[in-house]
Formats: sequence, structure tokens, C-alpha cells
Amino acid sequence: MPFPTTPEAMTTTPSLSQDQPKLSWTRYLGFSTDAKVIGIQYIVVAFFFFLIAGFLAMIIRGELLTPPADLVDRTVYNGLYTMHGTIMLFLFIFPVLNGLNNLLIPTMIGAPDMAFPRLNTAAFWLVPVFGSLLIASFFVPGGPAYSGWWSYPPVSIQNPLGNLISGQSLWLLAVALSGVSSIMGAINFVTTILRMRAPGMTLFRMPVFCWTALAAQSLQLIGLPALTGGAVMLLFDLTVGTSFYRPEGGGDPVLYQHFFWFYSHPAVYVIILPVFGIFSELFPVYSRKPLFGYVYVCVASFIIVGLGLIVWVHHMFPSGVTMWMRNLFMFTTMLIAVPTGVKVFAWLGTLWRGKLQLTTPMLFCLGGLINFVFSGITGIMLATVPIDIHVSNTYFVVGHFHYVIYGAAVMGIFAAIYHWFPKFTGRMPYEGLGKLHFVLTFVGANLNFLPMHPLGLMGMPRRVSSYDPEFAFWNVLASLGAFLLGVSIIPFLLNMISSWARGPKATHNPWNAIGLEWLLPSPPPVENFEEHVPTVISRPYGYGTGLPLVEHQAEIERQLILQEASA
Amino acid sequence: MTTTTPQPLAEHGEAHGAHGGHNMTGFIIFLCSESVIFLAFFSGYALLKLSALNWLPAGVEGLEWRTPLLNTVVLVSSSGTIVLAEYFKAKEKIWLFRGFWLLTMAMGSYFLYGQAVEWGGLQFGFTSGTYGGTFYLLTGFHGLHVATGILLMAIMLIKSFLPGNYVGGEQGVQATSLFWHFVDVIWIVLFLLIYVWQG
Repeated sequence: MPFPTTPEAMTTTPSLSQDQPKLSWTRYLGFSTDAKVIGIQYIVVAFFFFLIAGFLAMIIRGELLTPPADLVDRTVYNGLYTMHGTIMLFLFIFPVLNGLNNLLIPTMIGAPDMAFPRLNTAAFWLVPVFGSLLIASFFVPGGPAYSGWWSYPPVSIQNPLGNLISGQSLWLLAVALSGVSSIMGAINFVTTILRMRAPGMTLFRMPVFCWTALAAQSLQLIGLPALTGGAVMLLFDLTVGTSFYRPEGGGDPVLYQHFFWFYSHPAVYVIILPVFGIFSELFPVYSRKPLFGYVYVCVASFIIVGLGLIVWVHHMFPSGVTMWMRNLFMFTTMLIAVPTGVKVFAWLGTLWRGKLQLTTPMLFCLGGLINFVFSGITGIMLATVPIDIHVSNTYFVVGHFHYVIYGAAVMGIFAAIYHWFPKFTGRMPYEGLGKLHFVLTFVGANLNFLPMHPLGLMGMPRRVSSYDPEFAFWNVLASLGAFLLGVSIIPFLLNMISSWARGPKATHNPWNAIGLEWLLPSPPPVENFEEHVPTVISRPYGYGTGLPLVEHQAEIERQLILQEASA
Repeated sequence: MTTTTPQPLAEHGEAHGAHGGHNMTGFIIFLCSESVIFLAFFSGYALLKLSALNWLPAGVEGLEWRTPLLNTVVLVSSSGTIVLAEYFKAKEKIWLFRGFWLLTMAMGSYFLYGQAVEWGGLQFGFTSGTYGGTFYLLTGFHGLHVATGILLMAIMLIKSFLPGNYVGGEQGVQATSLFWHFVDVIWIVLFLLIYVWQG
């Protein structure tokens, strides 16, 4: 490589692992302040709750195999879908994404850790606390919350048993704590990205994942307080008898919907933006081409943030909002397709004539992209007021958002886990099990969620445990798909556990990828680059250009290879 | 959050900022986020008030505004005394800093006392329709912030007596002061919404 190696270059290499004490796995069980430990703690805890919420989904789909309500009681069924949605969102998706943020943000920008390590620890340990609260609500008199994951009044302010500690009040407490934890995390991620980047890493030399994380966490900071405020008022209505949302006391139940969706629509972008970041990181690696339109992809993230804050009323088209609001919010919602489309075309432009390598992470990205485009199209359909009012509260909506969240976001998260697994564990995952996992996931997700669209168009309402026999055909298909998704998690767990325990040792850069995190040993030392942070001299994703990313890159890589050979 | 002590690694790498030294950045981000929760309450209040058929509960004439105005003047002036305290800290006149700091705390406490007296004399409660609900929610949530501010100032005051603790750096004083200004600005909006806009 044609760039100079100077004596100073020798000192810019990361410290060698010889002087690192052997780290015990028990550090994952305690109050660590190391972002890489916290990252893995987040991901493992998130998958624990993923299994619980997935189990609830299996019961729901088991109930829906046959038209009559025969498997569980109707009240239990209400609790099942409420808890399935709540756990999946607040205890799986958000924690798993915060886990990736913890692992990737410091290593990608060359920081030793997060800006506030102890705040980070506290934010993580709130997750098991509110997780336990939510699980505990299964065992209180009256059972868990049953008003759906959005907890609309007046259903959510019914308290027939009159207990202060009810499923609904525990639900509100858990959601409030989840908000506190997310705000603590968001302050940390935003400060870290703004203040701790490697020398030379200007904003437009920053990896897209960090751009999307910055965008997503800004949304958390703007949106979450509104939900928290609305939830506090709901809690007062439920427990002390105020009437913020009670029409009989002059209150307005629709006000809650505004508070709820002002956060919970942007929450979808909090989920999908980092996944856009993952797509933008992985497509260049496995196409061996620079990311097409890097600057536009970065800027589009923030256009999505801006627009994402002014679309929430599209969830309330049937809730008695005025006509001008319907028109306005239909327009803004459709406008979001523009920056999103910019990204999709950027990925297609990256794939175009690339040397595609169909590894497990690449397959998950491609599958996720296909599902995302499909859900984007149904999203535009739902933005249209007449269609939305027609299919409101039907399975069409359920199918749409499961395509976004499972089809696109969860598949992107799996891609990220397979891609960065060697970096943070030092072991390679097995390709065969990974590809089996991909096939089961892709087929299972489409078989599960595609039939929901015809069901919705036929008029099957969501949140019912019994249905008209004419809906049986599509429901059986959907249930089979759901069971396939249940099975798909087995090869994933097998792969993660066995390859971490005894998989082949990973080199510092097994995918031949470009990025600061790939200039660290696998797994990276506790403080990443410590004081030897390389100076970034070019934009990311210089695949096929031959341009180095950092000063003295050849020297740093030679040191890493020597270190791996001697180990 | 303001008082996060410097991390062991704060010594090296100021160019690309190791840990610590980001407290103000983090705190400003926190305040921006916190302002949204007030914004949510304010807009909820305005929406409920505008759409109400009978806004005032039966037998309630509206709020008396003279005593609250006095309270407001005291709270808003305390933003000035805290600036003076900061000024004297920068001049390293530590006793003058403590004096004005304590005065700010006293003014904040007077505000809380005035609020408590007002609450005690009101004809309506938290559950008296949306009028009572929003009144106690807004003033209560703001009062919680005033109390938090006084607590933070008390911590800062105690820390100022630790030997060598107030040499260089802001030690959370700047962040506390920023929080106090935030609490004041929120009160001005709240006063306008609740006491001035009674029609």
C-alpha cells in the first residue's frame, strides 16, 4: 500500500492483547460500566424477553388456528396480545437496538467508551426491573393489562376489581420506567456521537449507522417525554380518579391518542432508522462497492426525523379528527416515502453490478430490504384516508406493521448480529446454521404476515379470539408461518451459543470490511483504541477505491496480523 | 446527572474527549428533552380548556392572581441572584458565592411556601374535573422541579466546603444554574397560561 510508515506509526497501533488480563465471563452478570459488556447484556436480556413474547404469539396463533375461541379464555386472549406487543417493543426491540448502539457507536467512532459509563449501567439495569414488573402483572388479581399495547382510554381506565395494583397500573409503571431508561440511553448516545469522535472524523466521515443512531436517539428525546406525560395523566385517571381522559368529567379520550402517537409513531423510526444504518453498513461490505449516495443517505435520516414528528394523526383518522387534519397528515405521511425512497435507491445503487457475496448477514439484509419495500407500499396505502378508514382496526394494519417490525427490522437486527458477532466475541458463527435460520425466518415471516393482508381487506378485525369461518383459510396459513418463525429461533440460538463457546477463532477483519471497528482486535480490548486513536482521513465505505480510511492503516493492520499469528 | 464525577480516564485524550467533560452537553440535551414533557402538559391544558363546555367547577370563581404574582417576581428574580452567585464564583470570592447561592435557595423556598399556602386555600381539588386536574398537575410538576433545584443547590453548597473542591471547573454549579433558569422560564409560561389566561 502506497502510504508512508513512520516510526510514530508503531505507536498508533492498538495495544496488544498480551498485556490484557484474561477477562472472565462473569463480568456479564454484574454492574459493568464497559459499553461492550453492557451491549451484550442488553442483547441477551432482549432475546430472553423475545422468547417470552414469541411464546405469547404462539398461543395467539394457536387460538386463531380455528374459528371458535377454544384454546384460551377471551379475557386471557386480550391480555396475551397486549403483553405480546408491549414486551416485543419495550423489552425486545428497544433493548436489542440499545445493545447494538453500545457495541457499535464507541468502536465505530474510535471512542474508549460511552460519554457517561455509569449512566449507561443504570439505564441497562432498569430493563430487568421494568421487565420483571411487567411479567409480575401476569400474577396480580385480574391478570395483566388487556387494553392493547396502546392502552387507549376509556378501556384502560376501567378498574373493575378496584385494586390499586392492577395489570394496567403495572403496565403504566413499566412503560414509564422504560421511558426513563431510554432517555438516559439517548442522552448518552447523542453526547457520545457529538463529542467523542476520532480525530479527522467529521460528521460526513461518520459511518451511516452512527448517523441513524443519532437520528433515532434524537427522536427518543423529543417524543418520549410526551408519552410519559400522557401516561402520567392516565395513571392519575386510573388510580386517583382525575378526569383528564374521562368525558363525564370534561376530559377527552382523544387527547391521550395524541400523546400516545406523538411518541409511538416516531418510535417506529427509532426502530427502523438503525436498521437502515445496518443495511447501509452491510450492503457495501458484501457488494464490495462504496455506499451509493452516502451524503444523501445521511441527510435523509434527519429528514425522516423531521417528517416523522408531524405524521402521528394518521393513526387517528377514524378517531373524529377534523377533515383538514386528515388531509394535512395524509400529505405529510406520504412525503416520508421520499427520503425513505432515497435510501432504498441508494442500497439498490450499491448492489448494482457489485460482487455480491451471499453470506448469512447479506441474506438477512436482502430479505429485510424486500420485506421493507413491501411494507412501505402498504404504508402508503394506509396513509390514504379512504383506504385507512376502510381497513382501520383490521388485520391489514397488523400485517403492515409486522412486515415493518419483523420482516424488516428484526431481520436487519439478525444481519447485524451475524455480521458483528466475530468482532465482539472473537469467534466465527456457523454459516450453515445461519443460512438455515435465514430461510426459516424469511419463509416464516412471509407466510405469517402476508395472509393478514387479504384477511384485513376481507374485513377481519384485529384483537379477536374467534372469527367467521370464511377467514379460516388465511388464518391457518398465518398460524403455520408463525410456528415456522417459532422454529426458526432454534438454529439461531444453537448457532450463537455453540459458536461463542467453540466456534473457529475470528481474525480482526473476517469480512474484509472497512471501518474503525475492524482495525481493532477481535474482541476489542476494554478501552478500544485507548490513547492510540487513528486519525480518519477519508469517508467510510472506500471499497474498491484503494483509499485508506485512516493514517498509517497498513502499519496498524500489519500489527494486528502479527498479533493474531503469535496468539 | 450534573454531579457525575470525572472518570479515571479524564486525564488523557482531550482532543477526542475521553470520558468526563461532557456533563454540560449531556445536561443540555436532558433539559431539551425535559421541556417536551412540559410542552405536552401545556398543550393538553390548552386543548382541554378550549374544548370545555364548563371549564370552572361549580362554585369556583377563578384564581386569585395577586399573591401568585408576588411569588412569580420572587422566583424570576432568583434567576438574577444565581447569576450573581456564578459571577462571584468565577471571581473566586467564595463567600459571596455562598451568600447569593443561599439567597437563591431561600427565594426558591419562599416560592414553594407561597404555593403551598395557595393550594391550602383553594376551593377545588385534583379530581375536580379537568380544571382541577390540570391546575394541580402543572403547578405540582413544576413545584417538583423547584424542589429538585433547591436540593441540587444544597448539594453544591455542601460541596463548596470540601477543601480544594472549587478550584477550576464548574463542578455542577453551571448546570444547576441552567436548571434554575429552565424552571423559571417554565414558570413564566405556566403563569401566563393559568393565571393570566382565565377568560
